[in-house]
Amino acid sequence: MAQIIAIVDYGMGNLRSVYQAFHHVAPDAKILLTQRPEEIAQAHRVVLPGQGAMPDCMKQLKDSGLLEAVLDAAKNKPLLGVCVGEQMLFDQSAETRPGSSLTPCLGLIPGEVRRFELQGQKQADGSDFKVPHMGWNQVRQDIAHPLWAGIPDLTSFYFVHSYYVVPKEVKNIAGSTEYGNWFTSAVTRDNIFATQFHPEKSAEYGLRLYKNFVSWQP
Amino acid sequence: MLTKRIIPCLDVTAGRVVKGVNFVGLRDAGDPVEIARRYDIQGADELTFLDITATSDGRDLILYIIEDVASQVFIPLTVGGGVRQVSDVRRLLNAGADKVSMNSSAVANPDLVSDASAHYGSQCIVVAIDAKQTPSGTWEVFTHGGRTATGIDVVAWAKEVTERGAGEILLTSMNRDGSKDGFDLELTAAVSKAVSVPVIASGGVGNLQHLVDGITEGHADAVLAASIFHYGEFTVGQAKEYMAAQGIPVRI
Repeated sequence: MAQIIAIVDYGMGNLRSVYQAFHHVAPDAKILLTQRPEEIAQAHRVVLPGQGAMPDCMKQLKDSGLLEAVLDAAKNKPLLGVCVGEQMLFDQSAETRPGSSLTPCLGLIPGEVRRFELQGQKQADGSDFKVPHMGWNQVRQDIAHPLWAGIPDLTSFYFVHSYYVVPKEVKNIAGSTEYGNWFTSAVTRDNIFATQFHPEKSAEYGLRLYKNFVSWQP
Repeated sequence: MLTKRIIPCLDVTAGRVVKGVNFVGLRDAGDPVEIARRYDIQGADELTFLDITATSDGRDLILYIIEDVASQVFIPLTVGGGVRQVSDVRRLLNAGADKVSMNSSAVANPDLVSDASAHYGSQCIVVAIDAKQTPSGTWEVFTHGGRTATGIDVVAWAKEVTERGAGEILLTSMNRDGSKDGFDLELTAAVSKAVSVPVIASGGVGNLQHLVDGITEGHADAVLAASIFHYGEFTVGQAKEYMAAQGIPVRI
């Protein structure tokens, strides 16, 4: 039976490029872009993408009835978070609606999500740091991990984000990137791996990371 | 370190990539997917597609092109030209664009920038500004492919659209476009300094030093060029090697 990879579609943003990239690296797998909890339950692997503002993402995930399915999958299936999907794995985020102080997230990895505060710091060429952090930046591999297989240390990946994760425990840090300061750009815990960058937009080595996920046996 | 981006720009009409100067003397430059793949292999950091088709029939063609490219080329794709309403943004994103660029329609209806970025996030909304220098030394926004003067100051407009949620500015100097004399560095630096979002310099690249100047003197975050790549004068890889040798961080 073909392997089933479920991409969780909770109604935020465009997941087509994530779908296309998995279709490209796993032509024999059944790739589902799904809004149905039972399909996530049936899948062998689960991808949690994310785009847009955290409060909206968390609300949509709850309202769509997919939150329980994702928490269930996180117990034992290989789970890959991407961008806001990475940030959602943490306890809470500083990205909020006006008036509230923190947005509670999934609590699968201890730590929090903060906004870049780079005012007053200058880039090497003397210009201000821009937020969002947008473009290709290097990822230092902090641990050996099957998802880094075949990807050279300090390979550049494509980023677009204004918030970043701050894990409580060093053991969850899989990769780091420098933008003003060093921040965590990839995390892992047991059967979970997640990236702040967009592998589906990171050319050859981004596809390699997805390919590694497809064959990962945590 | 965050690298500076090199973005080849592809003009598309009737399903093909064309090249020409100011819409005059258009020549077929080939199949969009083939060209996109070639630039990807050369190490392009992103691709920008500009839909220069006039008819609505042809307009739908770009959706198919983007679908085709997005299924085979895995780097960020920006699409501009003829974006008039939020539903156009949605259609392009659904087809596989990562960012959508708006120009004349943003000037005609600035709420389009606010609405589109509120719906889809600032990260996918680019405002393209065509700038022409005035006798007093400032710059004026032009629309409709450079045919219509607006009386709007470029720096003020760049500030306004970023406040409305634009995530990036694609800044083209009309004085330099097609000239091969290099970017308008003063313009690029003025806008780059005025806004907190990335600025893409465009218009006038004739050699590789111009790309370097756009970044070191114009303080651009990315440089866009068409003809030096289309005509095969330089590959994207050569451009990156040259920039790296001048100390500019690029993805090689």
